[in-house]
Amino acid sequence: MFSHATIEKNAILLLVLTLITVSIGGIVQIIPLFTIESTIERVEGVRPYTPLELMGRNIYVREGCYLCHSQQIRPFKDEVERYGHYSLAAESMYDKPFQWGSKRTGPDLARVGGRYSNDWHVQHLVSPRAVVPESVMPAYPFLAQRRLEVPDLAAHLKALRSVGVPYSDEMIANAAADLDAQVNPDADPTALLKRYPKAAVGKFNAETGAVTEMDALVAYLQMLGTLVRISDIPPERLRQ
Amino acid sequence: MPTKIEKDSVTGRDTTGHEWDGIKELNTPLPTWWVYTFYACIVFAVVYSVLYPAWPWVNSHTAGLLGYTNRAELTQSLDVQGRERAKFVDRIRTASLAQIRQDPELYNFAIAGGRSAFQTNCMQCHGAGGAGSTGFPSLVDDDWLWGGKLEQIHQTIQYGVRNANDKSRQSMMPRFGADGLLTPQQVGAVTDYVLSLSGKATATPEGAKLFQEQCAACHQPDGKGNQEMGAPNLTDGLWLYGGSRDAVYRSIFYARNGSMPAWSERLDEATIKMLTLYVYSLGGGK
Repeated sequence: MFSHATIEKNAILLLVLTLITVSIGGIVQIIPLFTIESTIERVEGVRPYTPLELMGRNIYVREGCYLCHSQQIRPFKDEVERYGHYSLAAESMYDKPFQWGSKRTGPDLARVGGRYSNDWHVQHLVSPRAVVPESVMPAYPFLAQRRLEVPDLAAHLKALRSVGVPYSDEMIANAAADLDAQVNPDADPTALLKRYPKAAVGKFNAETGAVTEMDALVAYLQMLGTLVRISDIPPERLRQ
Repeated sequence: MPTKIEKDSVTGRDTTGHEWDGIKELNTPLPTWWVYTFYACIVFAVVYSVLYPAWPWVNSHTAGLLGYTNRAELTQSLDVQGRERAKFVDRIRTASLAQIRQDPELYNFAIAGGRSAFQTNCMQCHGAGGAGSTGFPSLVDDDWLWGGKLEQIHQTIQYGVRNANDKSRQSMMPRFGADGLLTPQQVGAVTDYVLSLSGKATATPEGAKLFQEQCAACHQPDGKGNQEMGAPNLTDGLWLYGGSRDAVYRSIFYARNGSMPAWSERLDEATIKMLTLYVYSLGGGK
């Protein structure tokens, strides 16, 4: 009854059986990622991006930074010695889409936050070879001239919430105020820091008065890899 | 499906036995070497999936007989490397900077380790050879903002400059022009006075007077600076932010407050000591 000829002569049966066969690969590979407990490490400190960091991240994606910079330190000795502790899945769990990248023309950026001063980042983005003569990175001087265009932040945060980023109602309601509080030196950042602990606050590009795309991008770069204190994680949490 | 295997008269080989609209096809089996390679791959996969982590379960996965994980292998190789280096690193950790300098073997190790750490962490700002660039101090000259003695360099690397660390070196130059402490014309006069200290301009009495009132507290009445406050020497012709009249004017008008990370938050004590000795070897002393 279940002979080759039967399947080949019955289009619906062929379709159903093909679907089942093809699904097995997906089911075996994908479903366990949601059920296996060690897929995403249980670590403290990971939070959604602040509105300013999110704007910076959008610029990072727009400019295609991921084409030359990875954000994924692999568990190899040479990488750990150069870039710091290997990346954890938990650290990019709110990245939609993730920026792991697959090519390193420039260095990995997963833990670049806090490593250089804001001034360095501004100078380096405006003219990479002014600070690193060996660099082959393109210059992005226009970032310091273009005012940061802020879209409907609340809608942006809501859209991210619908795909699993835990933005609270409070975060969504205060999105515009939080953006201002992070970059305006005269604003009070207390509420922002309560909602988004460890956010770096300040005028990231000190050379312009207006809030530019440079401010947002530097704010994003300065938070990369700073949320989780690796030394606080018990080693068994990192076991796979 | 017709299964009438017959011999093809032209080639002398068997047909597959299938026939569609009068068309038959020859049975051409895969080469034997290919088939056995394929079987060998299947056997390899089975053995591999027994030895290494492979099959997912509901909440975990098979660990494999070898118990291999990438992360464990990394930890192990770092441990091995740590033990190899411990011979020197332990001594560096316990010895004082001056003691390390006295011990040629230890000093060699420290300089090599310091150079390596410098190329990873410091060269982006201070340059691969330590020559710095506009806004980022050169480490190869005798002009030190916060002091070029071993202990001073050590402290600067550990806690950094003007960052959030409680022990970081702190001072703040006022924005004389931008915050209205001086008028643009007064800033110009001070600029000329500052440039006159290295013989690049002619000072006015007004500029000299304003300098003594506004700047001398940090930069000293003679303009030679104060390393306690990171106030640079203005008389030596070395300029961190450029020595043109325009650059000096901007420095006074908008002020300059460069910063540096606190490396004790990222690097271990032995690495910081090796970096200290390496940087000292570049241009330290004063």
